[in-house]
Amino acid sequence: MNAVVTASGLVKRYKQSVALDGVSFEIPAGRIVGLIGPNGAGKTTALKAILGLTDFQGQLNVLGFDPRSQRNQLMEQVCFIADVAVLPRWIRVSEAVDFVANVHPRFNRSKCEAFLARTKLQPSMRVKQMSKGMIVQLHLALVMAIDARLLILDEPTLGLDILYRKQFYQTLLEDYFDENKTIIITTHQVEEIEHILTDLMFIRDGKIVLNTDMDAMGDRFAEVMVSADRAADARRLNPLDERQIFGKSIFLFDGADRATLESMGEVRRPSVSDLFVATMKGTYA
Amino acid sequence: MKTFVWLVKREFWEHRGGFLWAPLVAGSVFLVLNMMALIAAEVIGMRHGMHFGGSDLHMLIEKADAGDLAKVGTGLDLALLSSTGIIGIVMGFVVLFYCLGSLYDDRRDRSILFWKSLPISDMRTVLAKVVSAVVLVPVIAVVIGIAIGIVQLIMFAIVLSFHGINAWQLLTLAHPIRTILAMITAVPLYALWALPAVGWLMLCSAWARSKPFLWAVAAPLVTGLMVTWFNIMGLFNLSSTWFWHHIVQRIILSVFPGSNLVFDEHQMQAMAQLGDDAPSAILTPGSSFLLLGSVELWIGVVAGVALIAAAIWFRRVRDDS
Repeated sequence: MNAVVTASGLVKRYKQSVALDGVSFEIPAGRIVGLIGPNGAGKTTALKAILGLTDFQGQLNVLGFDPRSQRNQLMEQVCFIADVAVLPRWIRVSEAVDFVANVHPRFNRSKCEAFLARTKLQPSMRVKQMSKGMIVQLHLALVMAIDARLLILDEPTLGLDILYRKQFYQTLLEDYFDENKTIIITTHQVEEIEHILTDLMFIRDGKIVLNTDMDAMGDRFAEVMVSADRAADARRLNPLDERQIFGKSIFLFDGADRATLESMGEVRRPSVSDLFVATMKGTYA
Repeated sequence: MKTFVWLVKREFWEHRGGFLWAPLVAGSVFLVLNMMALIAAEVIGMRHGMHFGGSDLHMLIEKADAGDLAKVGTGLDLALLSSTGIIGIVMGFVVLFYCLGSLYDDRRDRSILFWKSLPISDMRTVLAKVVSAVVLVPVIAVVIGIAIGIVQLIMFAIVLSFHGINAWQLLTLAHPIRTILAMITAVPLYALWALPAVGWLMLCSAWARSKPFLWAVAAPLVTGLMVTWFNIMGLFNLSSTWFWHHIVQRIILSVFPGSNLVFDEHQMQAMAQLGDDAPSAILTPGSSFLLLGSVELWIGVVAGVALIAAAIWFRRVRDDS
């Protein structure tokens, strides 16, 4: 109904590999979706397809547009931060603001300047003089001043220290996100975005292996801490994963019966990173 | 339209060094060298008791016949033009390397991902770069060339006036307005003439995965050598001189202003026949428009448009960032 992105049967082949192998998904408005997968799983290809930066086979509808043929209209409604390295090195803060203000119909200059005022950036500074953290602040200020419906973040905090990373996501949540906006994030720093995600998508070898919202994920997956004497019982229930901590075993279950699990030990919701590691077992083997 | 203006502005911001400072520095160096030469001549003249001007030169001018005066005028026209010549060579290199980098540099440093995140079509982006290369850069170069040329003339006039010669009388022998007009009318002609080269260089820039310079230069050179070899072998009836002249030179060297004069045999012959008066006669507004009647120019324009269209296509589909 109010899907922002609808994909069905996306296929993208490179010479030696298949980056997207018949991917289908739907992203409704007002969600924050984490697209998570190991290196080379097809995350960036999927984002590039949504942004119309690459050709592919299959059906894809983004905000009612086909990104292949209607890229220019689409980009008025979509913002994109790749990683911190993509702002041109020669540009000054003032030039970047001037340029975007004059080419983007949905850019709010005063909003952007208000964001910049909260940083140490000066109008005359060039990108090449900035630290990675400052570059991402500038990029974020530009993007947040654009009234877009879809924001795509591809490893936006790569190489930033923890202060900048925390600030990045906090600003995004507090000053940008609302029910009309949708954010798609890929990152390897899963722990840091776990609490802001509403939806989770795991991608592996060009296929979506898990697509769930966070509530459903908590219902479906459970982690149980079992003492050594009950470990054999737990193993019989086909856990996804098992690891040892302080002489106890932690089992990760997919769709197991709650009552049974609770009888064996302390049950809790698994972290996204544990779930990810369990799901992706053997990826690089 | 507004977007387009800002796109061109962006090119200027990024390439201020090449677009503005390179011609300015080249012109200024030229001016300083001339000034040093003038001062040196004055000093040597005084030391050896020689007089360039004074009443001798004054008398010389008064006694000179019409033909001699025309030569003085031509000399002054050349003084006005000479700085533009230097600036033109610098500008040729600026356009050459600007085009080669225009659709490649941002792919290499991945800033293309930022530019492509804005609602701007690839066609507009590429056309803004074409306009920067064939309009913005030449206009800046011509304005600087004219300014430096005028300063140069004034400098000569001041030196001459020290020797009691009425500089204004000399200046009336020259054709500064005509020469300046010729330089200005050369801009649109340059835009048309340079189009195949700009198109080819930008196509290489948009297409090459690495080293666009090598592709842009090596591909035509190797092809040219092949054609020459076939020619020597007598295998095909291809004229290798024709190929070098109409393909290789046109798609690489046409970015140099005035290259149409150098490459065109008829123009060269005409210049030779005109003799002493040649430079100023060729460089009148009227004679630069003669080029508009040449078929070669328009074939080049068509080829340039096709090459630019291909560059736009590659800009859209190249996916390597």
